[in-house]
Amino acid sequence: MFSQVQVVSIAGSLFLLLLILELVRRGKLAERYSLLWIATGVVLLLLSIWRGGLHLVAKMLGIYYPPSALFLIGWIFVLLLILHFSVIVSRLSRRTRDLAQTVALLRQALEEKRSGEEDE
Amino acid sequence: MKEIVVLVPAYNEESTIAEVIAEIRSALPQAEVVVINDGSADRTGELARKARAVTIDLPFNLGIGAAMQTGYRYARAHGHSVAVQVDGDGQHVPAEIPRLLAPLAEGADLVIGSRFASGRTYRAPLSRRLGMLFFSRAVSLLTGKRFLDTTSGFRAANRKVIEFYSRHYPSDYPEPEAILLLSRAGFRVTEVPAVIRERGGGHSSITLLRGLYYMVKVSLALFMGRVRRPPRLEEE
Repeated sequence: MFSQVQVVSIAGSLFLLLLILELVRRGKLAERYSLLWIATGVVLLLLSIWRGGLHLVAKMLGIYYPPSALFLIGWIFVLLLILHFSVIVSRLSRRTRDLAQTVALLRQALEEKRSGEEDE
Repeated sequence: MKEIVVLVPAYNEESTIAEVIAEIRSALPQAEVVVINDGSADRTGELARKARAVTIDLPFNLGIGAAMQTGYRYARAHGHSVAVQVDGDGQHVPAEIPRLLAPLAEGADLVIGSRFASGRTYRAPLSRRLGMLFFSRAVSLLTGKRFLDTTSGFRAANRKVIEFYSRHYPSDYPEPEAILLLSRAGFRVTEVPAVIRERGGGHSSITLLRGLYYMVKVSLALFMGRVRRPPRLEEE
């Protein structure tokens, strides 16, 4: 039967997965950014349910206590997510910079046009 | 149309900006003066307008690199053939600008006014001087060409560089990286001696702790700039 730690991890990963899907449904999380999150939730859920798989992974990695392997895998996914966001943040700040420059240049051009019209 | 544009990045420089503009005017009456007000909280923008400089107000502080690039984008759009960079804090001497312009006529693409090329000693704290030496050595090593003052922001660029910089300009502490970028893309970068004043007002943006961050960040940027394929002007 399910052990206590297994029940907790199944419930936890199921909650995470449902939360992600609900956020996507409400449009609060864009589909393109939700994919890695969904993958995280699915992998955690599968390994929580399928004990054999988790044991196999733990054995391969030389981890004595299989739920620790679950933590490790979760941690790796979280790391990937953070890296993914850092890439996105970098892109957004580059775009913000370009937009700020463009706004400033347009405002200057407008100001010049207006003062030119006043002079006439 | 004015051929030469003087780009003055300014962040909270109300105590010096008017004087800097006036000095540029008297040294180079034929040039257009453009102040890029980098989200100043003081009266920098207002005073620059009062001095009748073209004033571009960035909506928030973007840092010297992005402010400089705004100036290059302006110069590109307005068809200027030469752009000169002069800091808004009064440390650069506008009377020295003609010395920067001379090598442009002889085929240089970017000319740097160097504090050290004159053989004169530049007075600054030891940590600052060591940092400057470090970058000069690093850029010299990476470009295979000897540079003495890679952190100087007193520069003159021709039209080709204006077009290049309006598309590619490094952020944060851009000066050493901006040289590497040009050099890697095949531009000719030269140095001429220039007198740099003690700061007229404001503070250096670089404190000791930020100096360390600056060293690490620029070193990484320089290394990446060296290993990555250089951008080409023709690509766009």
